[in-house]
Amino acid sequence: MPKEEKRKKRIDRSITVRSRGLYALTSWREMTFLAAPRVLLVIALLLLPLTVDLYWQRVLCAAGIYALLALGFDFLAEYVGLVCLGGALFIGIGGYISGSLNAYLHWQPWASIPVATLGGAIISTLILLPCLRLRGIYFAIISFMFPLFCVSIIIATGILGSTEGISGLDTFSSVRMEQYVIFGAVLITLFFLRRLVSEDFGLILRGIKDNDQAVRASGINITAYKIKAVFIASLLGCFAGAYLGHLYGWLGLSLFAMDFSILPIAATVMGGMGTLAGPVIGAFLLTPLSEALRGFGQLRVVLYCVVLLGFILYKPEGLLNYLDRKYHQFERWENV
Amino acid sequence: MQILIYGTVNSMIYALIAVGFTLVYGVSRIPNFAHGAIYVLVGFLCWSFINEWHMNYALAILLALGMAAILGMLIYRFILIRLRGMPTSEIIASFAVSLILLEGLRLQGIAGFKGFIGPFYTLPPFFDGKVNFLGVFIDYQRLIILVAGALIIGLIYLLTRYTKSGLSLRAIAQDEQAAMMLGVNSDRAAMISLSVGSALAGLAAVLILPLGNLAVEQGYKVLVHALAVCIIGGLGSWAGTLWASFLIGFSVILSTSLFGAVWESVVLVGTIILILLFKPSGLFGKQKELEERV
Repeated sequence: MPKEEKRKKRIDRSITVRSRGLYALTSWREMTFLAAPRVLLVIALLLLPLTVDLYWQRVLCAAGIYALLALGFDFLAEYVGLVCLGGALFIGIGGYISGSLNAYLHWQPWASIPVATLGGAIISTLILLPCLRLRGIYFAIISFMFPLFCVSIIIATGILGSTEGISGLDTFSSVRMEQYVIFGAVLITLFFLRRLVSEDFGLILRGIKDNDQAVRASGINITAYKIKAVFIASLLGCFAGAYLGHLYGWLGLSLFAMDFSILPIAATVMGGMGTLAGPVIGAFLLTPLSEALRGFGQLRVVLYCVVLLGFILYKPEGLLNYLDRKYHQFERWENV
Repeated sequence: MQILIYGTVNSMIYALIAVGFTLVYGVSRIPNFAHGAIYVLVGFLCWSFINEWHMNYALAILLALGMAAILGMLIYRFILIRLRGMPTSEIIASFAVSLILLEGLRLQGIAGFKGFIGPFYTLPPFFDGKVNFLGVFIDYQRLIILVAGALIIGLIYLLTRYTKSGLSLRAIAQDEQAAMMLGVNSDRAAMISLSVGSALAGLAAVLILPLGNLAVEQGYKVLVHALAVCIIGGLGSWAGTLWASFLIGFSVILSTSLFGAVWESVVLVGTIILILLFKPSGLFGKQKELEERV
């Protein structure tokens, strides 16, 4: 008797088909089905700070920073095809601009953060401009070098506090404000990017990722689009950096540290590449995890690299894609 | 004269560091970001063999190199083989391996492992002493680097041109599908290249480390240097690697003697950006690579 073989069959839930295919939603049930995951995420993010004590509230702020970086990484890697290993560049530039505006010119945080976000994004885009002609691993390698390069420039010239950094920056007035500034930024960015990638702009970006020669052949200037995409991603990173400086009231060369480059990548891979919401979830899972392991020193870097490797090898789709499938489809085994 | 000699030695150091990376990338198209980690790991293995287990120096080196080769093979067999053809995942995975190795070396207190922290680790030079060469004092270790570097590069050149396995490596590098049709096992070739590349990283470590301290942070520095050389030379190009390492070696030595050592990495990245602006495929990149980049 031949061995029976089974295979898994995935079928869309009927409500998926109804709420996805039709433009007119006809019942509250369908509307809830569509809205529930989004509303849940927003409510969870807004309520999270109210449920934990002060120490963990600060950790959540850090998680928000990583979430912004992860969003930027995911956007660049999955929608434009530029794998940027140097998220720390954005953090460092944003942080240093707002920090020096605050420390040397005595600007208030509400003025220095927006200026640093915008100015930092322009500077980072200009720095990355010569490399935009490159693709794939070439861009990854170069972007990996830039943070190290910035560190050595600061050490070599001795400007901006050199190795000691700048301390005594203004901090936010209350811890609530700290949290809701960064959480608001994360949510706004998340929904903005999700809308952006489904517009024509996003379509062109994905075209550039898949086949840039074809996009060029349709008379579209691919470098201009890449510049815009990098500008958006560096806006996020520079805002996170500027915010970070004011969060701790201190900045130093550690703004260019490897943590800011590798943790967002781990979060993105864990949460699911290309989903945009996944990286946010990943960041909010990974950061508290690594914080809980702070007592073990370097073990936490090792740990999140192991998580990263595990996900990339055994679950490359990531958490959110998996959940998404479970939400929209049901599975059953059938005989072949 | 001093600049000429030390520049040559410096260039050879860059070439030694980069040669393993180029080999791996040239054959398997895998950017092995664990290169620097293996370099440092071999250094520490050597150090432990000598100082903790009191082994003979030569034996320790051989053992450490053998372990590096096996490690490279394992990395390919268990991790990278699942990710072939996905450059993003390859980069991220090998970068994760590199971080695990490097930060793992700094772990403390697990199973009595003390962790390698601080500037206390040095490997002894092969022979002590200096020699006066045309009015410049140069120690034996640097001479050994020069000779060994030239030997290694020559040997690789001969191996890849006149042995069967070397030829199969080049075949895979040039056209993977055609090579597979002729019976070259592409996975095995990639595995060999990764293990040879790791051993070369280790060899570079053993040769270079006696000149200075051994620290975990060097892993990142070595990786950046290897990447810089390969980018300037055009990834996967042999002649390019050699020329680029001389270009970088001399420009770094010149800038160091003119402005001071802190400017080293500024010069490095500056050179890269200039080269990329004017010749995006690197000095010796081939046409195929140009297509891939632009």
